[in-house]
Amino acid sequence: MTNTNTFHQPENSVTASALHLQDVCVSVENTKLAGPINLTVAPGEIFTIMGPSGCGKSSLLAAISGTLSTNFKVSGDIFLGSQSITALPPEDRHIGMLFQDDLLFPHLSVGENLKFGIPAAIKNRNERDALAEKALDDAGLPGYMSRDPATLSGGQRARVAVLRTLLSRPCVLLLDEPFSKLDVELRDKFRQFVFRHVKAHHLPTLLVTHDPDDASATGGEIIQMANTFT
Amino acid sequence: MFRALPSKVFRLRYMPAITLLVFLTPVGAGLISSVLPAFGYLPVLGRSDFSGEAWGQLLHHPAIPASIFTTITTGFAATIISLGLALFFVAAWYGSPSYKKTRKMLAPVLAIPHSALAIGLAFLIAPSGWIVRAITPWATGWDRPPDVAIIHDPYGLTLILGLVIKETPYFLLMILAALDQTQAEKRLTVARTLGYKPISAWIKAVQPAIYKQIRLPIFAVLAFSLSVVDVSLILGPSAPPPLSVLVLRWFNDPDLSYRFMASAGAMLQLMIVIAAISLWFVVEVGVSRIFRSRSSMGKRHFFETEIKLASKAGINFLVMLFSGSLLVLVTWSFTWRWRFPDFLPSVWSFHSWQNNLHNLAESAGTTIAVGLAGSIIAIILVVACLENEKQRGKNAGSGALWLVYLPLMIPQVSFLFGVQVISIKANIDSSWISVIWTHLLFVLPYVFLSLSDPYRSQDNRFFNLALTLGSTPSRAFWRIRLPLLLRPLLFAFAVGFAVSVAQYLPTLFAGGGRFATVTTEAVNLSASGNRRIVAVYALLQAILPLIVFAAAMRIPNFVFRNRQALKGS
Repeated sequence: MTNTNTFHQPENSVTASALHLQDVCVSVENTKLAGPINLTVAPGEIFTIMGPSGCGKSSLLAAISGTLSTNFKVSGDIFLGSQSITALPPEDRHIGMLFQDDLLFPHLSVGENLKFGIPAAIKNRNERDALAEKALDDAGLPGYMSRDPATLSGGQRARVAVLRTLLSRPCVLLLDEPFSKLDVELRDKFRQFVFRHVKAHHLPTLLVTHDPDDASATGGEIIQMANTFT
Repeated sequence: MFRALPSKVFRLRYMPAITLLVFLTPVGAGLISSVLPAFGYLPVLGRSDFSGEAWGQLLHHPAIPASIFTTITTGFAATIISLGLALFFVAAWYGSPSYKKTRKMLAPVLAIPHSALAIGLAFLIAPSGWIVRAITPWATGWDRPPDVAIIHDPYGLTLILGLVIKETPYFLLMILAALDQTQAEKRLTVARTLGYKPISAWIKAVQPAIYKQIRLPIFAVLAFSLSVVDVSLILGPSAPPPLSVLVLRWFNDPDLSYRFMASAGAMLQLMIVIAAISLWFVVEVGVSRIFRSRSSMGKRHFFETEIKLASKAGINFLVMLFSGSLLVLVTWSFTWRWRFPDFLPSVWSFHSWQNNLHNLAESAGTTIAVGLAGSIIAIILVVACLENEKQRGKNAGSGALWLVYLPLMIPQVSFLFGVQVISIKANIDSSWISVIWTHLLFVLPYVFLSLSDPYRSQDNRFFNLALTLGSTPSRAFWRIRLPLLLRPLLFAFAVGFAVSVAQYLPTLFAGGGRFATVTTEAVNLSASGNRRIVAVYALLQAILPLIVFAAAMRIPNFVFRNRQALKGS
């Protein structure tokens, strides 16, 4: 993992644009959960939102990615560069997301999980395999293509999940406490791994966490969210 | 007395074995006793020499080729259409308002016996049925029903439709149950954020996990569709009928020598089901391999609009047919005079109910008695097995699930004759014992399937807490465990009751013709052409389970009216 290679695609840096939130509010049955939030995350920057559990920070990320369940209401506007993505379905937003759990598909091999992320525009099977293999090599997991994800360690699975998201060529990355389930020693290494890729891919990145160590490791802006229920 | 029961007389750890004996012995012994006559061995009729004569007779029977063809085409078509529709509907509409609305319809549709719906469907879509009446004469110009065979059509299309109306909601229910155990929501979210359109996300990320969970129900439905008797009698082709109906006809033939060919036919039926399930298995391996290699190609959409529209249209069509079938039953049961092509009866009356009051009450009484007895016994056995699991701290493996599904995968005609032979030997034929026991074979699996998940997932800490407070295990069981499970217990009971009400062939064989339930009456009368009386019986078939389901839903709400945490949604 000391490897600094990040298999980044040059075209990402050309199209990279910032993420803007404008007066974004999340509410459920007229109770406000989060917001109003205004912020701008530049490409390659990691913006941290801190707050205790239950303060609505995960709902905020779900609102940005468009995966919030329908009984929640979202107001305000979300922009990628100058384009509003507020009304788009999640699959058209190009927002990659990492969760507390790696959520690798257990019915697919490691390689198939990665290729699940690679856009269909790359049609050639060999080319798709090569991309996935290169990503694994760069993450210190050479030869893991046909492995069953269940046989990997927690840290390895977490890295594969990151690779899968990055291979789908997102324009934004959202991190929903992805480090919280790893033990302390692994956590720091994995953080560096993720942050290195964020920089290399020029991704505007939003991290929510309740761990101050996560926040200070980003070197970026931090805002605190209060618990709206108290 | 009850307190002593679980601990002394029936040691809990023997219960799984006892339960399996109760319901696998008749199936196994029935199969064997059905096989022997197929090879010429049936001492009751004075034959004990083994020969292949019955098979020669069977295979040279002129109706056999067409009959086998109909059986296979209708069985596979009904299963594939129902499964496809259910999977695509959930893929396209998961979480939407119309999904939630459909979900609410499942329990009532499943509660109503196949044969009652089949009768309603026949009244709806027959040439002289409600749909033709609704558009005649202004749209058609007909003054009498067109002379086309819609019911009993030679291709079995109406039979397929009748099966699809019941099997699609069954698959929907099975998919819903599987969803809860597969992190479906999270898998979908991941796939969507990776850029996958909803249906493509579902098919690639969720479906493989769902499919594993619903494989046994699929086999059960396939076996059922290939061997169903009552729906085939009402809607299926008649010249020749599907194999199961042909076999039943031979079993019932006054010429007792037909029993041998009937047994051979019953074995052929079993072989067809086994071959069909094996074929499904093989095709499944190939299909899933293709799916898997496709899912790493990154294509992010799969006929999104088409599937969305088609699945919604399909489900709406089935809901319409279902509602129409029930309504037409109600209408016919209160009809005195209803000429073609009037849209509604010209004279309404209670005659059909009043004139048959005695028979109705008697057959309803039998239905209720058998249903209650079967479901109560099933609940006791299933609870004993599940409690044994809890106490020993481990669940029965997937092998046990196969055993539970076994009676649902073996064609009824293939072993019920054998069961009859045995019960005659044991001197319990045509008795309450044999009828209830035979019903139990089909009630028990469904009770087990609906109770096992809630029972296994009940938080053990409540029970253990009661023990630490000084309660005896049996007190903790009666006062804590069971009351907390009241809702699933009553639901499982209602499921068992509905299954029992729907049984046609088991009642016929085990009852020796002396037990008339609303279902045997409705099916037997369905050929009579007297729609008013058939409608009354079919409606009663539908009403009985619906009442029990309604009670099963309401009783917990009443009991827990002051218990916020236990109230239903």
